[in-house]
Amino acid sequence: MKTVCEVCGGDIEVPDDAIKGEIVSCPDCGSEYEVVEIKGGEPILKPAEEIGEDWGE
Amino acid sequence: MVKVGIVGASGYVGGELLRILLGHPQVEIVSVTSRQHVGEYVFKVHPNLKGMTNLQFSAEDPLSVASKVDVIFLAVPHGVSCKITPKLAETGVKIIDMSADFRLKNASDYQKWYGWTHPAPDLLQKFVYGLPELHREELKKTNFVAVPGCMATASIVSLAPLAKAGIINGVIFVDAKIGSSGAGGKPSLSTHFSERFGVVRVYKPVGHRHIGEIEQELKYVSGKEFKVGMTAHAVNMVRGILTTSHAMLSSKPEPSTVWKAYRSMYKDEPFVRFIMDKKGLYKYPDPKITIGSNFADVGFEIDPYVDRIVVFGAIDNLIKGAAGNAIQSMNIMLKLNEREGLNFPALHPV
Repeated sequence: MKTVCEVCGGDIEVPDDAIKGEIVSCPDCGSEYEVVEIKGGEPILKPAEEIGEDWGE
Repeated sequence: MVKVGIVGASGYVGGELLRILLGHPQVEIVSVTSRQHVGEYVFKVHPNLKGMTNLQFSAEDPLSVASKVDVIFLAVPHGVSCKITPKLAETGVKIIDMSADFRLKNASDYQKWYGWTHPAPDLLQKFVYGLPELHREELKKTNFVAVPGCMATASIVSLAPLAKAGIINGVIFVDAKIGSSGAGGKPSLSTHFSERFGVVRVYKPVGHRHIGEIEQELKYVSGKEFKVGMTAHAVNMVRGILTTSHAMLSSKPEPSTVWKAYRSMYKDEPFVRFIMDKKGLYKYPDPKITIGSNFADVGFEIDPYVDRIVVFGAIDNLIKGAAGNAIQSMNIMLKLNEREGLNFPALHPV
């Protein structure tokens, strides 16, 4: 299954056997999405929670 | 086969032209000239080419070279090309000029940015600025190509979509960092290893010559005047350029709007890559992953705190910033596959 990244417009591949809660990411911008559900063969995604990088500066 | 000649082939740009053209399946290199190295094997000056060619440098006159080739590359210093080109232009040979002598369309800009009066102003309009991402259609119809400056290339490719889409306005500040090969192959005390190694040297804080090209091309793509300030640094690399440009936003765009501007201009470009991957090993453009390739990597980040956008452009200064761009332009001019001879990835790690 394919869907479009809402940040950059890139194509996101969602595995056919994806399950609720699975994390998928955009190959272009790296945005991560959580699979909310698969409805009629279409994946419904929401932005996944992020943990910021801390370089200790 | 397309017959080519390279005038002034002993410099770094000449060496990269040779390296790429030797692997180009549609090209035969007929003549390579260098006054300084007459009679020497090319690999004595460009040691990486040993085992690839037994070509020797000649002192052949450019007009003589032009008489036996389809395409002539002029890899001679700024101010030299404009003196030999008028006669070459009458021969019918296709000219690809690596110098700055025909990049600017307005003759008075040569006084402004280079401090000299252009001796052949009539030819300026005949040359196409050799940046395929902006001038592909013109390149298909011309016999004369002016290859852009290296820092101008990184700046223009990264900024053009934003200028075209009206996302930025006002003054743009370009912070450029370049490796030592950008200074050419002639040594000086300041390029001596002891002085050059480890530097982060501000070498042109204001008034860099490439500003003229950047302003010209941003106006071409957007129809609007932009003023550019540039500060150039020499850093501890042999190859590569990173331009970090700061521009003020004309509105408060979402990242998706900015992405759209880049995609609409570059989605089919064979040598432009988007490097804006927050999960990637390289999150933003870095010349390190362009080295050895003809790719131009672009990226951005919006700074809502001051309504600024920061734009990044990374290239190999000798390839997309010179020889690769020239060969890409040649391919277009000759109606060859645009990737021919250039379809190789960057080195990694390097």
